[in-house]
Amino acid sequence: MWRVVPLTSSNVLGMNSDHQAQPATSDPIVQLAGVNKHYGSLHVLNNINLNVSKGEVVVILGPSGSGKSTLCRAINRLETIDEGTIKIDGQTLPSEGKALAKLRADVGMVFQSFNLFAHKSILENVTLGPIRVKGMKKVAAKELAMQLLDRVGVANQASKLPAQLSGGQQQRVAIARALAMKPKVMLFDEPTSALDPEMINEVLDTMVGLAKEGMTMLVVTHEMGFARKAADRVIFMADGQIVEQATPDEFFTNPQSDRAKDFLGKLITNH
Amino acid sequence: MENYLSIFTEYNIPGAFWVNIQLTFWAAIGALVLGTILALLRISPVASFQAIGSGYVNLVRNTPLTIIILFAVLALYGQLGFTLGGDFQANFFRLSVLGLAVYHAAFVCEAIRSGVNTVPLGQAEAARAIGLGFMPAARLIILPQAFRGAIVPLGNTLIALIKNSTVAAVGSVATESSSVMKSMIEFRADIVIPIFLTFAIGFVIIVIPVGLLTTWLSKKLAVAR
Repeated sequence: MWRVVPLTSSNVLGMNSDHQAQPATSDPIVQLAGVNKHYGSLHVLNNINLNVSKGEVVVILGPSGSGKSTLCRAINRLETIDEGTIKIDGQTLPSEGKALAKLRADVGMVFQSFNLFAHKSILENVTLGPIRVKGMKKVAAKELAMQLLDRVGVANQASKLPAQLSGGQQQRVAIARALAMKPKVMLFDEPTSALDPEMINEVLDTMVGLAKEGMTMLVVTHEMGFARKAADRVIFMADGQIVEQATPDEFFTNPQSDRAKDFLGKLITNH
Repeated sequence: MENYLSIFTEYNIPGAFWVNIQLTFWAAIGALVLGTILALLRISPVASFQAIGSGYVNLVRNTPLTIIILFAVLALYGQLGFTLGGDFQANFFRLSVLGLAVYHAAFVCEAIRSGVNTVPLGQAEAARAIGLGFMPAARLIILPQAFRGAIVPLGNTLIALIKNSTVAAVGSVATESSSVMKSMIEFRADIVIPIFLTFAIGFVIIVIPVGLLTTWLSKKLAVAR
């Protein structure tokens, strides 16, 4: 369906090939235990327990308003939680300050609306984090950024401003910007929902490539094809709860809960 | 006509405007620095900083400029003996600059805050997500875009400041234009209306380019989204 280009420059990410052979190992990078959050009377996250192992690709599915984006954003504390603990690589998420910033640097985030820094060039968007947060030398950061931009296929746009790029290109730059921080885990919050249909695949291709390379990923999406192709595990959320989790094969062929059956049934009739 | 032209030799009118431009220049720098700090306080996540920022703005913005400059000259200097150095005249000039800066900082703060509102929330979220703290995110991502979105309101504040610099007259800056105009009127009652018009037109000539410049800059520097 989409071209799966094996991205060979895994050294860019500082990953070794072991992860490619055996994606899911047992040490959890992301741990959520008893997480609760309310928006007024709405219980948007209801007792969420979730572990994501190193190298695992977890796709979160669910109807609108099920809390999947909130869950994704809570993991780097763009949303606060009322109860429970969230740990990244064994470290509890700090509430504010430098410690939080440091932890966020290890968690890559890709947004629905790209959120590239509008006044900075594509190259500066990618080099800003490595230079300002990691203290990398400008020359080294530029080299890293050009490698990553090349890898997501927009190296020839490096000197342009974000608004001069198509949505698909912008989102691939956003992925490169996140990768430049050499994150332990990447969060994708509906990365293709704001894209025109013909641009969805170019972004999904990049994500499939990342998954194949062994990047730990947590992806909120409506792209069932991506879930089938790249996910190790599918999480189905509804009404703020994790209703079901299974391998993509199991989930799509034999969903257990009525909510999941209903959700998948609607998708099929709509296609 | 000759009667009118004689005031240009009797009085240093360009020099008087020059004093207003100097007052404006120094006060603008002070107001920009202080206003930016105030804006940072107001957008910071710390509640007590926000309270300090909004407390300042509400107190100063709602106090007449005349009272602030009189306070600087009569209370700060006259009562408390606070001086900003220089001779007698320079001290009054500097105290007036201080009053102008303190007053306009409140407006600069609000102009920048309106600029911050033009920056989508996602910009701040993306900055935080790559590990930037509040200050680096503000300095590198939010404020550069906020200033570009605030050029027109900042320009309006500058225009107000240029004209408000005449209030330095109450701060005993006798060389600025409204003080000079006042003494001209006293001695040349025969041409009161031409004198008024001279100063009115003088300010219009100074202010119009500022308006044109800010409109041009706001288009040129607009952040494409």
